[in-house]
Amino acid sequence: MTAELIIPLLAAAIQSGTPILYATLGEILTEKAGVLNLGVEGMMITGALAAFVTAQATGQPVLAFAVAGLAGAAVGGVHAIVCLWFLGNQVVSGLALTIFGLGLADYLGTPLIGQTAPGFDKFAVPFFHGLPGLGPILFQQDALVYVAIVLVPLLWFFLEKCRWGLNLRAVGEYPDAAAAAGISVLRYRWIGILGGGCMAGFGGAYLSLAYTHLWTNNLTAGRGWIAVALVIFAFWRPGRALLGAYLFGGVMAFQLRLQAVGTHLPSSLLLMLPYLLTVIVLVFSSWKSHQTDAPAALGVNMEPND
Amino acid sequence: MLNLTAYKRQEPRAWSSCLVFLGAVLLSLAISALMLKLQGKPALQGIELLFRGALGSRWSIEDCLIKAIPIFLCSLGVAIAFRLQIWNIGAEGQFALGAIGATWAALTFPDQPATILLPLMAGMAFIGGGLWGLIPALLKLRMRANEIIVTLMLNYIAILILDYLVYGRWKDPSSFGFPMTRAFSPAAIVPKIATTEINWGLVLCLVCGLVMWIFFRFTRTGFELKVSGENLNATRYAGIPYDKLVCFVMIFSGALAGWAGFIEASATINRLQPSIMVGYGYTAIVVAWLARLNPLTIGVASFLLAALRVGVENLQLELQVPAAFGGIMEGLILLTVLAGSYFIEFGIRLRKRS
Repeated sequence: MTAELIIPLLAAAIQSGTPILYATLGEILTEKAGVLNLGVEGMMITGALAAFVTAQATGQPVLAFAVAGLAGAAVGGVHAIVCLWFLGNQVVSGLALTIFGLGLADYLGTPLIGQTAPGFDKFAVPFFHGLPGLGPILFQQDALVYVAIVLVPLLWFFLEKCRWGLNLRAVGEYPDAAAAAGISVLRYRWIGILGGGCMAGFGGAYLSLAYTHLWTNNLTAGRGWIAVALVIFAFWRPGRALLGAYLFGGVMAFQLRLQAVGTHLPSSLLLMLPYLLTVIVLVFSSWKSHQTDAPAALGVNMEPND
Repeated sequence: MLNLTAYKRQEPRAWSSCLVFLGAVLLSLAISALMLKLQGKPALQGIELLFRGALGSRWSIEDCLIKAIPIFLCSLGVAIAFRLQIWNIGAEGQFALGAIGATWAALTFPDQPATILLPLMAGMAFIGGGLWGLIPALLKLRMRANEIIVTLMLNYIAILILDYLVYGRWKDPSSFGFPMTRAFSPAAIVPKIATTEINWGLVLCLVCGLVMWIFFRFTRTGFELKVSGENLNATRYAGIPYDKLVCFVMIFSGALAGWAGFIEASATINRLQPSIMVGYGYTAIVVAWLARLNPLTIGVASFLLAALRVGVENLQLELQVPAAFGGIMEGLILLTVLAGSYFIEFGIRLRKRS
């Protein structure tokens, strides 16, 4: 392959990896607080729809992006209410959230199918865009790509270097000890869930505002679930999440290219690639990882003591 | 300001889970009615259409039972896995593989009599679904891969395999380009019971439900399974072969969903086509959890959620409400039941002044 093929492919990899990156970062935050939220797909698609509708109504992509974050957080809030207040099973609640979110987006989105909305366009970053190779890959993207990249060190800083981040991790590792030290377990778990939902909503907004500009059915197509798998691949570290998301973006972009070129391979087999890769990546990262990578209290509710 | 505090009940009250379920359904209905209103549709009439569409005539009740068959089988499968705390989200994919297995038999031996062909189709569906359940079990045991994600990814992969077959290899040359296989030969179609529209899959459901009830109640493996689900450490100390149990459970879990796929392909659409995938596998998870993993209540809950689907079809017809309305209600019911179950285990009382 020559540079003319590789450079657009890498640029497309970053673009299709970005929604997954947002969602993965969000789920890392949630899981670090000890809460498993399998509703990423549902929060993402709700965010995508909220962004699309807002952008259509106001013509303000930035506002639409913010609304998507709120919508994702609102759906996440349902998970928080069910699991934190009512001690519902986290696995089942997350699944219910996905079923609900997909249904809601389908229900409200059906009349919008095929319509377009104003969104974020690619622009050339002054000075840098002309760099050979790197320019077209990194510096001719839309603004949301850079927001996602900036979120990576921010999340790392919050989790590793910040008092609040330390508290949040304590709540995810050993909630009883955290509570004894005077940290409000529920408050930090609320923060984890709402923050994660907000970022999943951003990921959805990226799909409808930057990736397509167009509403279609089933816009997320399993990306939320891929994000859940990537958290394990990333060993709950934001930096590795970036790597994993772009890797998946690459496979998706590659698969689309192959379909466009028109190989003799049937499209259903090509479409299978990202899902197959998820399984393979998950298997190998689980095999290599240590039990200690996952937050110790992940998925366990804290019962009120009398 | 009320000062409330929660306390754990010594013994959960028996009737409270019924009450929670009823409350959850009512709350979900209310929220759904509100959503109809938001879309500018008559809310009360909508709810009435929902009920009348599902339970208003003999024909519609038969339709509910027909749809309850695959939901019940998938849900039974999901429930055995959940009992062992194995989160099998893959009923949808196992259903697809079962349908593919049965279709393979029907297309390969179209001239065999029903007495040979139907058992062969059931056998292939068992193998297809069982295999699709065994893969995540092995990956979990050998490589510690999370079964939730593996089973979910296998759903997407299974649906794409089904697409690949009906768009390509198995496509009926006389279908004018539509993605579907040839219609099955009459011998490959599960017959209907007496003069009803209901197929013999209903009897298969009764048998499977009964076998599962006996299995959990009277067999050693069933007991071991229950114990292992409740306490993994006890399993290790008691020397219960956990790995074998996981494989066994996932094979049967997948096979039951596979049988649902077999019945759908054979009795309901008489061929394989992409529209066979309507999300029964996901509904099954909702059903299993609502029914608290008990075979008898799974029967009741399957019928109710099948009725919801039939009712939504009527709503779609009369008020042009998108089919996704059913998904919203399923999600809502499950969320409210999850939250409501709190009141089964915990009571609320006023905090005493100290």
